[in-house]
Amino acid sequence: MSRVGLVVVSHSAGLAEGVVEVAAQMAPDVVVVAAGGTEDGGVGTDYDAVTAALARADSGAGTAVLYDLGSARMVAEMAVELVDNARLVDAPLVEGTVAAAVAAQSEADLAEVVHAAEDAAGVPGLTAPDTTVAPPVIGDVDLMGSMKVAAVDSAAPAEATITLTNEIGLHARPAAMVARAMTTLDATVAVTFGDTTADGRSVLALMALGARGGDEVTVSATGPEAQEAVTTFQEMAARNFED
Amino acid sequence: MGRAGADGRAAVGELTVGCTAEDVATAIRAVAATVAEHRVELIQLDRAIGDGDHGENLDRGFKAVVAALDESIPDSPAAVLKLVASTLISKVGGAAGPLYGTAFLRASAAVKDCAELSPSNVVEALTAALGGVVARGKAVVSDKTMVDALTPAVEAAKGDTVAAVLSAAAEAARGGAESTIPLVARKGRASYLGERSAGHLDPGARSTTLMLDAFAKAATA
Repeated sequence: MSRVGLVVVSHSAGLAEGVVEVAAQMAPDVVVVAAGGTEDGGVGTDYDAVTAALARADSGAGTAVLYDLGSARMVAEMAVELVDNARLVDAPLVEGTVAAAVAAQSEADLAEVVHAAEDAAGVPGLTAPDTTVAPPVIGDVDLMGSMKVAAVDSAAPAEATITLTNEIGLHARPAAMVARAMTTLDATVAVTFGDTTADGRSVLALMALGARGGDEVTVSATGPEAQEAVTTFQEMAARNFED
Repeated sequence: MGRAGADGRAAVGELTVGCTAEDVATAIRAVAATVAEHRVELIQLDRAIGDGDHGENLDRGFKAVVAALDESIPDSPAAVLKLVASTLISKVGGAAGPLYGTAFLRASAAVKDCAELSPSNVVEALTAALGGVVARGKAVVSDKTMVDALTPAVEAAKGDTVAAVLSAAAEAARGGAESTIPLVARKGRASYLGERSAGHLDPGARSTTLMLDAFAKAATA
């Protein structure tokens, strides 16, 4: 299956290429094309380069186009209007491109890739403890929370506490690996480190946990494939996320 | 290259009748000359509240337009305007490319079946151009952009001759551009400056005025 391609439109060639470099690290099979700077290497945007990048990035599943500032949006918009199956994405450039790349890597369709990128603003999927459902203080409260979750989902929730043994912990590549795996499962997965809980499907939220080698994280899942989600995470962690 | 003596219309200038493709091309050359002449002024205006590239970008774009017209002049006013649009979109590396590019593209579409532009065709072209700039840039009046010059220009664009229409538009654009001086920018790079953008003439409003002025002079000549 072909994957959604990405185009990074920036005023600067260096900036566009840097963003592509970061995204490519986390999504090795996604075509991410840089279109930065003007024709003569200056600061600005080059419509013809964006059009060419769109053609290169599309392998049949469509293209998501991310941009940095003002004229980059307009140039990207004009280029997108002239092709089929391309979408302009309103998202922060670095976070949006990374989130889009990870979604594309896991073979999400164009709408899902765009959604993943747009969601990247402010790292949704990352919740502080006081906004989570069940504060783990008193037994009764915890039990109530668990019962509610169990009533909604068809399978029992699963949970495991895992010590990360790879050096970088849930950093970029491991986080992307986890997010990709969790996206394929029919389960809602939460990864908690310290006071913070991340959506297991959000690479940016997982990275934002800041869990390093030696740290302990708790993986809890609900939904039909909850147990598989937890087991998958455990297995990946046991293999040091193939570091 | 060369003229090949084909169309038999001798002079520019009899614009009370209507503008041919040749006339539009001549007016575009006049715009290019004006932009080149005011390149430094536009750079300085843009440096005060933007990224300083407006004069350079526009000049590069219009030089490329002139080079394309030197190759050959398309055979209808609409085709000339479309050539200007595609060249600006490709060659102007800043916001002016897509904005003026869209303006010329919409103007071209508005007069696509006309062999000559009547005064009312010119009004239609200007109206369509404004629509294009607004659609592309999402700016409204008082955002401190070229919309502040082009909006009053379109409102004032009336007259029995093409020259009269364009002169009225240019005059109103000038006033509109001056009205941007006290404004705080809400669109474009200048908007990052917030209050500090007040007290400066908007470079986009200025270039719009210069272009309309050049059109008016070319039509009057």
